[in-house]
Amino acid sequence: MLQDQDRIFTNIYGMHDRNLAGAKARGHWDGTKDLIGLGKDKIVEIMKASGLRGRGGAGFPTGLKWSFMPKESDGRPSYLVINADESEPGTCKDREIMRNDPHTLIEGALIASFAMGAHVSYIYIRGEYIREREALQAAIDEAYENGLLGKNAAGSGWDFDLYLHHGAGAYICGEETALIESLEGKKGMPRMKPPFPAGAGLYGCPSTVNNVESIAVVPTILRRGADWFAGFGRPNNAGTKLFAISGHVNNPCVVEEAMSISFEELIEKHCGGIRGGWDNLKAVIPGGSSVPSVRGENMRDAIMDFDYLRNDLGSGLGTAAVIVMDQSTDIIKAIWRLSKFYKHESCGQCTPCREGTGWMMRVMDRLVRGEADPEEIDMLWDVTKQVEGHTICALGDAAAWPIQGLIRNFRDEIEDRIKAQQTGRVSAVAAE
Amino acid sequence: MLRRLYHDQPESFAFTDANLAWAEAQITKYPEGRAQSAIIPLLWRAQEQEGWLTRAAIEHVAEMLGIAYIRALEVATFYFMFQLQPVGSIAHVQVCGTTSCMICGAEDLIGICQDKIAANAHDLSADGKFSWEEVECLGACSNAPMVQIGKDYYEDLTAEKFTWILDELAAGRVPTPGPQNGRYASEPLSGLTSLTEYEAGRDDLNASARLAADIGDTVKRIDGTEVPLLAPWGKQSGKGADAEQPPTPAEEPTPKPAHAQKSAQAKAKESPGTPAETSEQPAALVEEAAAETQEQEPELLSAAREGGADDLKKISGVGPKLEGVLNDLGFYHFDQIAAWTPEQVAWVDARLKFKGRIERDDWISQAAELAKG
Repeated sequence: MLQDQDRIFTNIYGMHDRNLAGAKARGHWDGTKDLIGLGKDKIVEIMKASGLRGRGGAGFPTGLKWSFMPKESDGRPSYLVINADESEPGTCKDREIMRNDPHTLIEGALIASFAMGAHVSYIYIRGEYIREREALQAAIDEAYENGLLGKNAAGSGWDFDLYLHHGAGAYICGEETALIESLEGKKGMPRMKPPFPAGAGLYGCPSTVNNVESIAVVPTILRRGADWFAGFGRPNNAGTKLFAISGHVNNPCVVEEAMSISFEELIEKHCGGIRGGWDNLKAVIPGGSSVPSVRGENMRDAIMDFDYLRNDLGSGLGTAAVIVMDQSTDIIKAIWRLSKFYKHESCGQCTPCREGTGWMMRVMDRLVRGEADPEEIDMLWDVTKQVEGHTICALGDAAAWPIQGLIRNFRDEIEDRIKAQQTGRVSAVAAE
Repeated sequence: MLRRLYHDQPESFAFTDANLAWAEAQITKYPEGRAQSAIIPLLWRAQEQEGWLTRAAIEHVAEMLGIAYIRALEVATFYFMFQLQPVGSIAHVQVCGTTSCMICGAEDLIGICQDKIAANAHDLSADGKFSWEEVECLGACSNAPMVQIGKDYYEDLTAEKFTWILDELAAGRVPTPGPQNGRYASEPLSGLTSLTEYEAGRDDLNASARLAADIGDTVKRIDGTEVPLLAPWGKQSGKGADAEQPPTPAEEPTPKPAHAQKSAQAKAKESPGTPAETSEQPAALVEEAAAETQEQEPELLSAAREGGADDLKKISGVGPKLEGVLNDLGFYHFDQIAAWTPEQVAWVDARLKFKGRIERDDWISQAAELAKG
């Protein structure tokens, strides 16, 4: 188990002093000037060496992403945009950073912006996080007051402004180009790529969009070294990670652990075990709503990292939002609810997604009740394949995958329900 | 998803002085000419002030930002947090119904809303005090099931606890937000498994509940006086001023709150279209002010000429209401409108509620065509 001295978010439950003095006492803002003094290239090099992969779900290497930003400005400013639009069902980790340990994010924003040549950074927080926004803004105000932001931020010689911006309840704005559109004051509809944001993003200027957690771990990685961070987890899955466990465990919680921890250890150490014991475990969605579900018996020994979950279980780590479901769960209904979510959140721009999400939800609705033909399961599978990969952004894929996971893992249950419904109908007719 | 404006709309909208100052400070977060970026925060503050988002508020914000109404309407209808119909006078209850909450009992909470508030989402309760809706994941999944009431999250709920919260609110009391089962935040209920060092000295409320308790605005209609306005960024940080005028590092940064307050008050006192005081005003206001200085009163008639007034509604963009306003000002005929000079357009524009429409819809050429018969 990860030791407290190796945890980056030492105030994730907000029990220690949440303001600047507390953050400094916990080791943040320590020698920030010297970290910036390392220079852009060195910082990017350390980030690459640390093996940090983006914490927002896709797992793209953070250092590499930064290196796509132009080295020399062509006259346009560069922007760092921090994605705090945490809305993936199951995910509730960035909320804890922003309300309890906000200075990790603010310090990270300064250093990351310097590394990519940005004098301005915007944090885009979801609209529902109203108290989190107030807490984070208070921390930003405090940082300005103490010279850690603004002109010559933290004495580094780098001028830096950090602005907090908020959305108003649209899941799609967590997609980086939709987030940029929304930040420009428009409907959050994703843009075609290319051009990628690093070439033309916010206001047509070079931009990088990073998740809150990806940015908030940066100062600690630089202070303690790439080797320290890379020492946790298996190769290519480095570091520590905030896991958010919800659903049918005895003690749901958010906790920072080493990558590649086993599912069993994570649940036993921090969550008090599965409700009703391991035999009662039915299914797990290991990385937020967009990744396919996994049967309980395959999860117990699972290694919680990007590669294992994808290659061995056909799922994904996503945002490390672990949704646990015991035998009492109607798994078809649980996935139907995700279909409803994606239908609700489709921005309506691409036809396969706009129409497909509604179509898939309506079929799922009948599968929940068993009012379908067994062939319709294959038809539904086909439709998910028609939607997947045929849309501008990944929302179409995200809507398709949970259903694919359901059919792959729980086809027997869907068929049983259809059969029960049909025999029920037949016997009811016969009884008349 | 199709979302329309409510059928019954109030006549007008205005920010309170403090909210206007707040709104103007928000606009300074974005680069020159990018005021549109501030639309979501401004619409949201309008909703916080009124409880729901009215057409007048959407138009008002569009005018503040110098954008077409349709751009503001698109945003208002796209984002689901904008309530386009009246909500309960005490609170609008948002129950998270997505999978993590659903499997932990959210359906029971929805059942309680249907029993105690209204059978259908977005309908007002019989006493008008509450409304409710099922929303998608609110991002507090480890504290499922949960609801958002006003600004705050009530987490780790049971049916009994939720019923109690609604009863308390109905009685005019606001229960402390946050976990309702004895947890502090998102740590394991049975006790800490990490970071035990700080448990002893902790504040008695978590970060969110602490703010709710200190500010006391969980279900309040926000008028902007709840918290002091701070806007330490940009020019105020000394950076912007220095970048534009390198040789004057000694220039004193203007404290934003007092400044914004002042201009807000000034504006509230005077009629709309008051010349802007500072360079930080949104572009639209500056343009408006510039136009106003060059106004000239056109020739006005006290009544229609012989033969009766022309049907001004034939001009695209003029409806019955606007026709009445034009008649009241002293315009009854196409040829009058066709003869307006730019200065006279400015004069008329300043007296209409729809700023800029004369030029957008090109009334003058339209009127010239119509005047020909």
